[in-house]
Amino acid sequence: MMTATLPQAPFRLEQKRIAQAILLAALVLVLFRNALPAGLLRLPEGLILPFADWINAAFAFARDDLGLMALTRAVSDAVEFCLDVTANMLYGKSRWPNVGPIPWVVIAATAGMAGHALGGWRLATLAAGTFVWIAVMGQWKWAMETLSVIVVAAPLSVLLGLALGTLAWRYRLAERILNPILNIAQSLPHFAYMIPVVVFIGVGPKAGAIVTVIFSVPPMIRMTLLGLRSVPPEIIESGKMSGATRLQLMTRVRLPSARTEILIGVNQVIMQSLAMVVLASFIGMPGLGQKLLQLLQALKIGLSVEIGVTIVLLAIVLDRMSKAWAVKQPAHAEGPWLHRHRLLAIWLGLVALGFALAALHPYFAEVERKQALSLAGPVDAVVGRVIDLIDPVTDWLRWFLITWVLIPLRDAFLWLPTSAVLLALAGLGWRTGGLRSALVCLAFALPIALSGWWDRAMITAYTVFVAVALALMIGVPLGLVGAANETRARRFLLVCDTAQTFPSFIYLIPVIMLFGVNDVAVIAAVMVFATVPIVRYTIEGLRGVPPEIVESAQMSGASRGQLLWHVKLPLALPTLVVGANQSIMFALFMVIIAAFIGTQDLGQEMQRALSSADVGKGFVLGLAVAFMGLMADHLLLRWAQSRASPGGK
Amino acid sequence: MQRLTRLLLGAATIALAAPLLAPAALAEDSPDPIVIPIHNWSSQIVMSNVVGQMFEGMGNSVEYVSTDSQAVYEAVRLGDATLELEVWEGAFGASFDAAVAKGGIHDAASHNAVTREDWWYPLWTKEACPGLPDWKALNDCAAKFATPETGDKGRFLGGPVDWLKHDQEKVDALGMNFVVVNAGSAAALWAEIAAAEKDKTPIVLFNWTPNFAEAVWPGEFVNFPEWVEGCDKDPAVGPIPDKTYDCGNPANGYLKIAAWDGMKDKWPAAYATLQKVSFTNAQIAEMAKLVDVDGMEPEDAATAWMEANEAVWKPWTE
Repeated sequence: MMTATLPQAPFRLEQKRIAQAILLAALVLVLFRNALPAGLLRLPEGLILPFADWINAAFAFARDDLGLMALTRAVSDAVEFCLDVTANMLYGKSRWPNVGPIPWVVIAATAGMAGHALGGWRLATLAAGTFVWIAVMGQWKWAMETLSVIVVAAPLSVLLGLALGTLAWRYRLAERILNPILNIAQSLPHFAYMIPVVVFIGVGPKAGAIVTVIFSVPPMIRMTLLGLRSVPPEIIESGKMSGATRLQLMTRVRLPSARTEILIGVNQVIMQSLAMVVLASFIGMPGLGQKLLQLLQALKIGLSVEIGVTIVLLAIVLDRMSKAWAVKQPAHAEGPWLHRHRLLAIWLGLVALGFALAALHPYFAEVERKQALSLAGPVDAVVGRVIDLIDPVTDWLRWFLITWVLIPLRDAFLWLPTSAVLLALAGLGWRTGGLRSALVCLAFALPIALSGWWDRAMITAYTVFVAVALALMIGVPLGLVGAANETRARRFLLVCDTAQTFPSFIYLIPVIMLFGVNDVAVIAAVMVFATVPIVRYTIEGLRGVPPEIVESAQMSGASRGQLLWHVKLPLALPTLVVGANQSIMFALFMVIIAAFIGTQDLGQEMQRALSSADVGKGFVLGLAVAFMGLMADHLLLRWAQSRASPGGK
Repeated sequence: MQRLTRLLLGAATIALAAPLLAPAALAEDSPDPIVIPIHNWSSQIVMSNVVGQMFEGMGNSVEYVSTDSQAVYEAVRLGDATLELEVWEGAFGASFDAAVAKGGIHDAASHNAVTREDWWYPLWTKEACPGLPDWKALNDCAAKFATPETGDKGRFLGGPVDWLKHDQEKVDALGMNFVVVNAGSAAALWAEIAAAEKDKTPIVLFNWTPNFAEAVWPGEFVNFPEWVEGCDKDPAVGPIPDKTYDCGNPANGYLKIAAWDGMKDKWPAAYATLQKVSFTNAQIAEMAKLVDVDGMEPEDAATAWMEANEAVWKPWTE
């Protein structure tokens, strides 16, 4: 037998058996549910641990006894000073240095020149065009309020990320501490850490800036660490040989060599900051996000779409610019000053021209709301027409889904005994990664049961399950269509980018108008968001299939269907799994936001915790969501790994 | 010693300044900006801008900060925000009382307006259920409000759970054929009315006055057994002897103005004005309408309102 020669196989076989035994035990628990003692159905009251109280006590201790409040207030005062400066420059808030606001033509020209310097005429047109759009649509002041926070928060986040990333690179202990924190931070719903910010910092632009920093710093830390790690030792050697001190080695050798990774980190920071624009307005960040929420509150969909477009445009411009910066290698020019600094000179000329124009006519300084153009009328009309058009279908669909799919499924999720779910998860863990994965799964799932939020967590799980299943059903075929050729793939990916940065709050309203306040609306909203990564990764996965393999399959006479099912999809599977994993993460984020439609899951409680500034409860709920995400992440990635490694089958 | 010097200095300043200045401006307002919090509904934003522009007219500097409408009381208490112009009894009474108990915030004035929050329907609902606004009639046509998820019972669309409106208790107490479904935000409530309006579907949901909805969709509140003090706590009070919440919500809740305790000393003139501020239901609805129906920006709406209503606010600033 083969097993004798392969030392791994008996272990694998055993792993499979144990997993089957555990899963069988879970099945038995489910089958004999009605005969189970109450303690196995749900954890008995006595075992529920008051995590929230403990966290609150810890926070109270930090705030009152350790005097952390004085520190955070000092930090936030420093941040506020920076915010006041940018606020004055960008929209003329009456603060030192009292020189602003800078006319919009000047900023648009500056953006255009920056675009040109980084990526040529196309980027220049895109950048300048975005700012012209913002100005003529009358959103200048709001956009500048937003940007005044981002231009402070993003550099802060970059610096903090660089510092922490370097620390983690230098000291193994720091990395060991940071890594789990980063994992959790990246899967924690935004609202969870907004609550302590309200307690320690207060509300307003400074709170918005700080929450943005917290949200955007993890990728920067990771990319810095990655970049510093991947500097080839030869470069370091040559640096040492030229007699560089340790500081010089860091600033002149290591950091410049890690430039590309670090700039990708910067790009991530900018994208995350823009993703936070709307959510941060819940704790007082002014600008586009705040305006968007106000407009949605009055059901002004057209005007909110305009703001959504602005946010997407800003994201695309900043994304393209920072990526162009990452790719661009530092160049050295020679010659007289004017020759070397031709672009700088042109920019200075344009700035002077801009100020002159602004002095000539106030339209070039600021476009007032009354003079603004608007697309709201047509957009509202289109949205109204679309809703009218599909309304008859949705009526039936809603009835069908609720009566025959969603309510039964939801009841089934709630009907399952806690003990059976825990066992099944352990079994799944064992099946994918042996004892270690089984323990990891339990370590994530058990605290949720102990926290006492089990039922709500099951409803969240049910919502995410249905939404991701639907997203797979829609997203994979879409991805297959999109991957047909290069041009189409690029177009599809652009749509994915747009859908991902478009503020999700906007489509909550049409979804409610279509489906009403119920699970169908919630799942529809979550699904829209969860489909994006699946389409993206399907396309990426199929594009990544080596053309030689496709060709050789074609030569051996595979039909198109065979080619797809037996060659392309299996090879793209690891990437697809990453997509599914991302999709679960996105769904978990969105399901919390969908609480604004009306849910009975963790999100609803989270909303309550935010309005009562209950730090402990917010954290417990946030961790429950994060743990679900991390568990799915662990299982899926493990599974993909075992499939990818040769001994895995 | 230092205190004495400061006292003497203060006395000297007053002695010097008193003959020069009008009595109302005995002490100067601080040059620091008065921070006015704004929330996500228009009447509050416009009203904040009106009062802000009044303060600016008196030479104060004013800043607006957007905050959560529940968390704001903590901010006012700590002095991060200076005042709050719309304290609704039903929606924010609990948060406000809790903040008052902690200290730092107080009730500065009351608007000449009543607030009411209860079950409400847009007028087209009456065609399907002619007996309205009586609650018994509503209960008789409960089936007209049924949705797939509520089965044959009617659906009542409540506000977000954290508004703590006790709708479920009311349904239980009065034995109504309704299921309470909670929306997650005010916007979700409006979206449901807008959707119902398209084919005039009957709908009954949580609503309140004054707000912009009444200007867009005319409607009425459901008449429940009248609110009597204690009917929410004492089973004996109210028509059903063994139930609590066997009554409607109070039809005349307060609408107050809250201020930071330090405001009186830091901006005495502005504080004196604030104490005189009082808007009526009609004025508040008008402010909301300027933004929500006429599509003005809140700042412009405030200016427009002030131009049209100088007689109302001018006396408060004198």
